[in-house]
Amino acid sequence: MNIATRTLFEVQETTLLAAGAARRLFRRPSYINEMIQQMDAIGVGSLPIIILTGFFTGGVLALQSYPTLKYYGAQDQTGMLVATSMVRELGPVLTGLMIAGRVGSAISAELGSMVVSQQIDAMRALGTDPVRKLVAPRLIALLVTMPLLTLIADAVGIGGGWIVSSQLFGITSSAFSSAVWRGLTTEDVFGGFVKSFVFAFIIGAISCRQGLKTEGGTVGVGRSTTTAVVASSIVLIVADFFITKMLQVILDTV
Amino acid sequence: MASTDVEVKRQEKLKARPGEQTGREAAVSEDAAESTFAEMDDFERAVPAIEFRDVHLSFDDLKILDGLSFSVQRGETKVILGGSGGGKSTAIKLVLGLLKPDSGQILVDGEDITNFSEAEMMRVRKNFGMVFQEGALFDSLSVYDNVAYRLHEQGVPEEEVEQEVRRMLRFVNLEEAIDKMPIELSGGMRRRVGIARALVGGPKIVMFDEPTAGLDPPTARTICELAIKLRDLEDVSSIFVTHEMNNVAYLTSEYAVVNEAGEIVFEKEGERLCLTNIKILMLREGNIIFSGTDEQLRRSEDPYISRFIRGH
Repeated sequence: MNIATRTLFEVQETTLLAAGAARRLFRRPSYINEMIQQMDAIGVGSLPIIILTGFFTGGVLALQSYPTLKYYGAQDQTGMLVATSMVRELGPVLTGLMIAGRVGSAISAELGSMVVSQQIDAMRALGTDPVRKLVAPRLIALLVTMPLLTLIADAVGIGGGWIVSSQLFGITSSAFSSAVWRGLTTEDVFGGFVKSFVFAFIIGAISCRQGLKTEGGTVGVGRSTTTAVVASSIVLIVADFFITKMLQVILDTV
Repeated sequence: MASTDVEVKRQEKLKARPGEQTGREAAVSEDAAESTFAEMDDFERAVPAIEFRDVHLSFDDLKILDGLSFSVQRGETKVILGGSGGGKSTAIKLVLGLLKPDSGQILVDGEDITNFSEAEMMRVRKNFGMVFQEGALFDSLSVYDNVAYRLHEQGVPEEEVEQEVRRMLRFVNLEEAIDKMPIELSGGMRRRVGIARALVGGPKIVMFDEPTAGLDPPTARTICELAIKLRDLEDVSSIFVTHEMNNVAYLTSEYAVVNEAGEIVFEKEGERLCLTNIKILMLREGNIIFSGTDEQLRRSEDPYISRFIRGH
């Protein structure tokens, strides 16, 4: 198979896997416990890195934009710039990339090791559908926690921007917050929400597919983990572009 | 006061009577059912537990199975011998529906499962037990949860689960390891837990995929003894894939019986009894090169077979 056919094949298989997981969601037995465990591991477990990256990204946004805005005499608008950049773009994308690195790799490594140690075969032999037991709970956990994590990243990022602006540049808190409220629109928040939802789906589907198709022992596990992280990061960034354009058209914000 | 007591007793009697009748009726119908089942059982015993009909399978250009045909009767153990890459494990995976053949038919209890969907296979797999090469225990679950896996999935009440898990762990002689994690177990213990897990729910067909590979001789012997116990005492049909000749020696020459003290003992096949519920099948490059009893195998003059069984 050449690279184009292989890519197309992977897209097909990944989509089928995700569709299969969605179809099986409503059949019994449902794995609510697994879903909650995954939400804990993915959501609560990722909080520290999301807070850290969000905070410093917001901070650096303020650091970088203040001098330029000051040049135009618009330094009071720093809050607006930080908020819109975070909510529209950096919040969802950074959270997505962090989750792809932390959770995507963990999912594909776990499923991959289960494949090479025959645990997936054992599961099927014991009458359990691995897509329902392993893929569906992970996908749902990602779809639920990613928007929440993004929201937290946004909030913490704006907080970081506020601390930098008030402590280093002497912008008053009220000026900063009124700029934030002036800048943010419902469309921005909605757009960020849509993005994080799509990113969660991309990360979940690609990582599960890569994990389950692992072959070739421990080396294979390494390979599928790398592919999962790289592929989901690239697809995520490309998708970001198209979602942004689509939202601009749909919400008529240009 | 007294009349009330009498009244209560009379009512209790009345209540008891329908129950008694039902009990008697149940006993009668049970007898009837038993005889029907016995007839059905005789009839069903003629149908092989597993049957392969001209099964072909290849991965890309590599031929794995080239027209494999054989059957495993009820209560029979089929030892599949052969070198690595001979298609032994593949045959087992085909029975479980983990792989699908390119052509040919696979029948389980007379039912053609070749074109079954994954959902239909799930139903068939409920009657199977499968022991994997390295145990294939779920790392994230304790020994208890591993063995209980099938019952937990079926939503069986926890008390029954615990009883069954303890019974199975006693069967493989590992009850003390119930709370351990798979990582804490030795290779042989992992296989034995794997066997316990496979046997929960009393499957009538059990498959062993090289269960003794890489184990020390006493542990390997214990595992063979478990397979013998299943064959002789539990009436289980099984496929035992191996490439180790001492496994074959145990399986073909010893049988399990319960002695007067109620203990399970292993006796050597000899003048008193000749084992007929064990057959050997030898595969080479996806083809059957031998099928028969151990005596026939030992007498075989095929150079490959004699090199395989004697090592030279």
